[in-house]
Amino acid sequence: MTTAEKYVTAAYCAVFAIVLVYVVLIALKLHRLEREVGELERRRSAEPAVEDERETAGVG
Amino acid sequence: MNVVGRSYRIPLPALAAASLVLVTTALAMAFYVVPNDADQGFSQRVFYFHVPIAFTAYACFAGGAWKAFRHLWKRDPNADLESYVAVHQGLIFGSLVLITGSIWAKISWGHWWLWSEDQLVLFLVLFLFYSAYFMLRFSVDPGPQRANLSAVYALFGVVLIPVSFLAIRIAKHFIHPIVFTSNVSSNLPGWMLVTYCVAQVALLVLAYTLYRVELSGKWLDARIRELRTA
Amino acid sequence: MNYVADVRALARKDLLLELRARDTLPAMLLFVVATFVVFHFSLPSGSSKLAASGLLWVAIVFTALLGLGRAFVPEREQHVLDGLVLAPCDRSAIWLAKGIATFAFLAAAEIVALPVFALFFHGIGVATVAAVVLADVGICSVGTFLGAMAVATRARDLLLPLLFLPLAIPIVVGGVGASVVSAPGRYLAFLALYDLLFGVLCWATFEYVVAEAQ
Repeated sequence: MTTAEKYVTAAYCAVFAIVLVYVVLIALKLHRLEREVGELERRRSAEPAVEDERETAGVG
Repeated sequence: MNVVGRSYRIPLPALAAASLVLVTTALAMAFYVVPNDADQGFSQRVFYFHVPIAFTAYACFAGGAWKAFRHLWKRDPNADLESYVAVHQGLIFGSLVLITGSIWAKISWGHWWLWSEDQLVLFLVLFLFYSAYFMLRFSVDPGPQRANLSAVYALFGVVLIPVSFLAIRIAKHFIHPIVFTSNVSSNLPGWMLVTYCVAQVALLVLAYTLYRVELSGKWLDARIRELRTA
Repeated sequence: MNYVADVRALARKDLLLELRARDTLPAMLLFVVATFVVFHFSLPSGSSKLAASGLLWVAIVFTALLGLGRAFVPEREQHVLDGLVLAPCDRSAIWLAKGIATFAFLAAAEIVALPVFALFFHGIGVATVAAVVLADVGICSVGTFLGAMAVATRARDLLLPLLFLPLAIPIVVGGVGASVVSAPGRYLAFLALYDLLFGVLCWATFEYVVAEAQ
């Protein structure tokens, strides 16, 4: 490869690498989101059931 | 239904970082380390990616079929979505096979398409088949029937792969009497073999990373929706 | 023994329905002859005899598609399929019976179509007829299966050709090869292999196609 070709190839490889860095960032964000959603789910299931606000009324 | 999804041993960011390192290494090796091929020259370098991408696509389709099998026979609740995502990745990598193969064909033979290249024709058939998978899946409302139909179709796909390959081979006897020389030589010396292996591993890791990324996104969607409606 | 009785009963139903309605088979016949006429006009002069042989197989596949498109329509419209699924028969019997009936229609159409082809274009050898029979088995087993799938979707008639054609490519290869090459054994064997592999797969997985909710 001539020097010019070497630089052009390096440019393409750099672009590819940057796109993959983006994938890493998305992966990190997804990981964080999974943790947060898991925590929300745990909190939701640990909460006591919300009481019905209606008053009980006698029938009959 | 439990919408949690599966928990994996390898965390996603680690996978993504691994694929970054591996793919960049494979690229660097394919362009800077490996010597020029004696017969085909510079353009032969595309095979360090074209062939591994093809193999990765097969692996994705096989993975999709395996998950489909698990859905039908073992009633694995996660398997339907996993099968779908695997087929999706397979289709993406399959398109890449067609694109890289087409580019190679133009460089080597002067035509953008070659009916004489078995792998290329096979991927064209598979592209049609798996595109129909998506048409099938999206014309059924979400539910057990959609999962069953998709799973059965994915199983048909893996049976079709060898049958189609055989069909393409025997078709050449009445379609193209001329046989072009094969693309990849079977024994790769020294650095060529190493580069090829690195590229193969890199692309498999990349495909698995993308598969996990897509799955994670979909499961998060489902879980958030359930949290909102619960 | 019960299984055979189920298949026979269901196939008989389809054949009787067609005998009384007489809509699918005449349409297929007319379609295939019209296709041959179109082929005549689409083959420029100097085209080889081989091109016509290839086109025969195109005609067979598309005529089959025409018949297959209508295969499960009555079941769907009259909700017969739900009843069949609830009946205590092996679900694959539904597929087998429908496949046999479709095979009968396709064969009936071809009994007319092949002589017409010989009349319009060129003679047909034993190998071609054998290939047609083997191909019909494959077309009917896979096509009936996919027809049942397509009927469960919203897109229905749009979807069946899309699903069927990629799977029909090996059949076309086998058929054209057997018609055109001097030693057709390999292609006939390939067609038999296709029939075996996909026949078994269809038979084993059909119950998942018609199962409503699991």
